[in-house]
Amino acid sequence: MRIRLKVWRQESGDDAGKMVSYLLENVNPDMSFLEMLDTLNEQLLQEGSRPVEFDHDCREGICGQCGVMINGRAHGPLLHTTTCQLHMRVFKDNEEIFIEPFRAIAFPVKCDLKIDRTAFDRVIQSGGFIAVNTGQAPEANSIPIGSPEIEAAFDAAACIGCGACVAVCKNSSAALFTSAKISHLALLPQGAIEAQDRVIRMVDQMDKEGFGHCSNTEACEAECPQEISVLHIARMNWEYNKAQVLKK
Amino acid sequence: MGQRKQQTLSRKNWMAFTGLFLCSFLVIHLLGNLQLFLPDEKAHQQFNAYSHLLSGNILIKIISYVLYASIVAHVVYAVIITVTNKRAGGIKYHYDRRGAVSKWYSRNMGLLGTVIFIFLVIHLRDFWYIYKFGQLPLDAQGNKDLYTLVVAVYSELWYVVIYVICMIALCYHLLHGFFSAARTLGVYHPRYAQWIRVFGWAYSIGICAGFAAIPVYVHFLK
Repeated sequence: MRIRLKVWRQESGDDAGKMVSYLLENVNPDMSFLEMLDTLNEQLLQEGSRPVEFDHDCREGICGQCGVMINGRAHGPLLHTTTCQLHMRVFKDNEEIFIEPFRAIAFPVKCDLKIDRTAFDRVIQSGGFIAVNTGQAPEANSIPIGSPEIEAAFDAAACIGCGACVAVCKNSSAALFTSAKISHLALLPQGAIEAQDRVIRMVDQMDKEGFGHCSNTEACEAECPQEISVLHIARMNWEYNKAQVLKK
Repeated sequence: MGQRKQQTLSRKNWMAFTGLFLCSFLVIHLLGNLQLFLPDEKAHQQFNAYSHLLSGNILIKIISYVLYASIVAHVVYAVIITVTNKRAGGIKYHYDRRGAVSKWYSRNMGLLGTVIFIFLVIHLRDFWYIYKFGQLPLDAQGNKDLYTLVVAVYSELWYVVIYVICMIALCYHLLHGFFSAARTLGVYHPRYAQWIRVFGWAYSIGICAGFAAIPVYVHFLK
């Protein structure tokens, strides 16, 4: 198949950047979207041009590294799918495809489609952990946890931090990402001890990074590759309000 | 905590508190106005007496000040939140189809809110201002004759049309606002979150259909 691409090209963070058109012949419909970009880069290298930079790692949908806006949708037209798990058969022959980086003030573009998502790291560093003495692994059955609690916590922990929730949000809010970690730890006895401090620190950090307000449009859940539920956002709000009232 | 630049969650809490208070006001306002559906003579007397009762009650006066403050706070926070959100977005997408995964009214609360605000100005000018500061004739019982004013205003068809359109805007605003407020305040239990969604639908449609029916009824049947 033949694909007409419009790709965001930007030399560096300081560069203004612009959309550049490319034509790609002989695209195999069974290629993944990233393989199609690899093909484009082969072509650019052969022409002596600078290849398009984009983030990727595992290419099996679990690492959260890849992620671009494809035709105006985070990770492309499919729901709950990472960019690497999107295949070219989803597109029509001779279709024009717009590829842009995830946009948010908190996610500055480093080069082309590559963005700086360390804002997420700093949110996690501010409280997304439990404070324990390292050493031997503790006896697994010493802390009783019910199976439904484990499952619920694991559902929240499944977040891969790709940033699609921020990219699709009209307010560039990181509420789904932040709440997934808060919810994950608040649901478990190990995390419950520091729940109050954690939620205040993480929400403060989220705000400091310049993410917007959550207005509950629920677009984040629709695009999230891990189908993280928006109810985690409600739990974060609950934990935050509780912490604000009860904090000493 | 002093150097915090933003407080996204506390701002949303204020939006939720003020919004839900305004929601409760709408219920009382509609229940009172349902008296307009009574037979002509009865509606005339009772509606004027009810208006007189409200304007003379100290408790109602206190609540009315909370109400004005809520409207102002809801608008001010909405503006702050919108401006901050716009800033958080950075460069716009060249091709933007993000709207495909959320409801249009959930993304356009500001626009719907602006329509409601303009409606409020018109509505307050026509009834509240005239009742409080204007010259109204008295009815047989010596109460200010608000009823006749209402009937006169709603006899204009274009006015009825504006009212109905504004009530549709209000309906969509409430449809998202009611459930969103519950989320903001932290209702995370799936069962109750669903109940609130269903209740929110019934509430929004009930309130707005009720309010829209009043000018239509008065225009065509009085």
